[in-house]
Amino acid sequence: MTLDVEFLSRLQFAFTIMFHYIFPPFSIGMGLLLVIYESLYFFTRKKVYESITRFWIKIFAANFSIGVATGIVMEFEFGTNWARYSRFVGDIFGSPLAAEGIFAFFLESGFLAVLLFGWHKVKPGFHLFSTCMVALGSMMSAFWIVVANSWQQTPVAYELATTVDGYTRAVITDFWAVVFNPSSMVRFSHSVVGAFVQGAFLVLSVSAYFIIKKRNLEFAYRSFTIALIVAAVASLAQPLIGHNHAQVVGEYQPAKLAAFEGLYETQTRAPLAIIGYTDPEEQKTVALEIPGMLSWLLYEDCDAEVAGLDQFPKEDWPPVAQVFQSYHLMVGLGGIFIGITLLSLFLLWRKALFDKTWLMRLFIPMVALPVIANQAGWYSAERGRQPWIVQGLLRTKDGLSESVQAPEVLISLVLFAVVYALLFFVWLYVLDREIKHGPEDHTLAPEVGYLQKGERVNAVKKLTGSND
Amino acid sequence: MDYNVIWYIIIGLLLIGYAILDGFDLGVGALHLLSKGDTNRRIMLNSIGPVWDGNEVWLITAGGALFAAFPEVYATAFSSFYLPFMLLLIALIFRAVSIEFRSKEPNKRWRSTWDTGFSLGSIVAAILFGIAIGNVVVGFAIGANKVYQGSFLDLISPYTLLTGFFNLAMFTMHGAMYLNLKTQGDLQAQVQRWAKNAYFVFLAIFTLTTAATLYLQPTMIANFSFGLVEVPGKAHELVQQHQTLVSLVAWLIVILNVLSIANIPRALAKDKPMQAFISSACTIAAIVLLFALGIFPNMLVSNLSPDYSIDIYNGSSSQYTLRTMFWVAIWGLPFVIGYTSLIYWTYRGRTELNESSY
Repeated sequence: MTLDVEFLSRLQFAFTIMFHYIFPPFSIGMGLLLVIYESLYFFTRKKVYESITRFWIKIFAANFSIGVATGIVMEFEFGTNWARYSRFVGDIFGSPLAAEGIFAFFLESGFLAVLLFGWHKVKPGFHLFSTCMVALGSMMSAFWIVVANSWQQTPVAYELATTVDGYTRAVITDFWAVVFNPSSMVRFSHSVVGAFVQGAFLVLSVSAYFIIKKRNLEFAYRSFTIALIVAAVASLAQPLIGHNHAQVVGEYQPAKLAAFEGLYETQTRAPLAIIGYTDPEEQKTVALEIPGMLSWLLYEDCDAEVAGLDQFPKEDWPPVAQVFQSYHLMVGLGGIFIGITLLSLFLLWRKALFDKTWLMRLFIPMVALPVIANQAGWYSAERGRQPWIVQGLLRTKDGLSESVQAPEVLISLVLFAVVYALLFFVWLYVLDREIKHGPEDHTLAPEVGYLQKGERVNAVKKLTGSND
Repeated sequence: MDYNVIWYIIIGLLLIGYAILDGFDLGVGALHLLSKGDTNRRIMLNSIGPVWDGNEVWLITAGGALFAAFPEVYATAFSSFYLPFMLLLIALIFRAVSIEFRSKEPNKRWRSTWDTGFSLGSIVAAILFGIAIGNVVVGFAIGANKVYQGSFLDLISPYTLLTGFFNLAMFTMHGAMYLNLKTQGDLQAQVQRWAKNAYFVFLAIFTLTTAATLYLQPTMIANFSFGLVEVPGKAHELVQQHQTLVSLVAWLIVILNVLSIANIPRALAKDKPMQAFISSACTIAAIVLLFALGIFPNMLVSNLSPDYSIDIYNGSSSQYTLRTMFWVAIWGLPFVIGYTSLIYWTYRGRTELNESSY
């Protein structure tokens, strides 16, 4: 391992993207929950939903701003560190990035202003509409960026052309075929549903904290229940989507799939590893396995043949041991999410959930797990594509910037490390403060403003003692 | 007019949008530390509160559009300006986070630290943009194969530093015009004093920069010199065929530029803050337009050989992409303008603090 431009640029990209990717899933997941909470407020006009919506907006805002700030870095880095890559893919890869700006970011940032500052300024219906638009914008942004990344995984609808300067670049032949390339939809669903899990677990964690502290109980119960339903549905959907995803990987990136499972020999009745380790030097995988399961999952036939790494020259192998572990970490965590959310739903149905202090205590740190699962999933996807930056077309080492030197990358890497470390602690600190401060207590004085006609009618009804 | 020219125009429009919109909020940042007292600083911050994030999206979208339409330009520019752009990113991050977190804590030291972060981030970002543009004007060492041959220090020259400070002065003045719209009372009186000072600083540096540009790179006016100045490399056929028309339009922009600059103190004196703001916005638009017209059809100018410059043809995507993305832009831009207008309309009027404020 030498500190050359390639190593440093890869490290910097990995570090900045992984740090960035802590935040957008929170925004996407909480965006969905905000839509649900605010709709409940809009249609029921119960005060508790107002404090729920407004509290989670504050938490959402702290995540969102760091997500935006660290996201700009990503768009710059393709050009700064990966200029050859940018020249190679620009004709194809640039379009979804531009579409993301035009369709998603403007929508998101415009209505975010209403979401954050508009509670007393605009009509409730318009505020709810803005919340929906922010949630939609964050999902559209996920869509376009996953489209761009998916083309790197499963490139289609291109032809290779030689430029006047004598190097090769990929030229697009069909825009919609690029947008709906073989892996884009399944990867988009997998990422977004992963984001729902992550956002919901944040709400579960904070609500569990209030429940243990016996503060804001009505607020916490209702926040928790809805987030739990979202988390359970999303966790259950994830293996189904993941299964489709794995089939696509098996078809288009068989080396990646073989690395996921540590499969060295092409074989029929290929087993599915549950937990274990793999040693690419010895070409040996030791794991708890279900025989024939991988063949069945990929082809719905236990006797189907699955390509092993022996089909590929060794220089085209991904880093097998790392990918094997990160992939199984993701799958294992997914299993835990299903288990704990189903158990909690069962207890909720038995009306025994919120008394289970041990379970509530467990939920507080559990927010870290979906973050790790989402990171591990992307790690597997990106590391599993190596040594290619565009599968089968361009190697990562051939994508670097020609004019950038190692010391420059070292400087920027150190700068990012320092600034991001600071950011991370400030983020935790601010979240901690917001959480300890808690929501405004809706049972105390009614908020000024937001007194709509219907509410006044209800107030009058209450005064006169009539039931509605 | 082909799609390459159309995309040159679209990216120009995005840059103008960015410079006008984020220009004022970077300017507010540059002025931020001059205001005294927590309430004043919060008003400054909240005057851009609902809009700064959307303003920055213009930069992101301009970057994405550049990548899509002119990938070679994107790749060469971003890898040539490696360290300046990394510093720019750090500055923008600091700025964003300072805005978000400053008022989360009543502690004085906490707030003054973030105030400094916000202001420094804004100042550094404004200067770096100016330095980058200055390098495009005088050209930098792009070799054959579109690869930068120089180092970080080659990008810093007296001229590019001058354009850096020119940009800072322009944004600061523009920020003061914006604050004049958004503040009232004592703070507004203070803002008007800053506005006057910023205006004179801007005027001085503007004159100096114009003179230095004409001296160092007289070909910047070749496209609109009625054929008097010879274009280095080859002129675009649009310019060749419509030399008089292009020149007339360009000089009209020059006149508009001078008029709008002259109108700023007049509008301030007559207490018409909106007119003053629009004048400074027109000033920025005119300067970006003249810059774009000056380098056209080049996008990055090589100072090694005119043959190595990257223009709208050897730097572009395929015609298919340009055409597809043109339709994407046509569909998208009305929405963009719609959201932007909606937000500015919702948050029109003087800034007041409430519980949702920063």
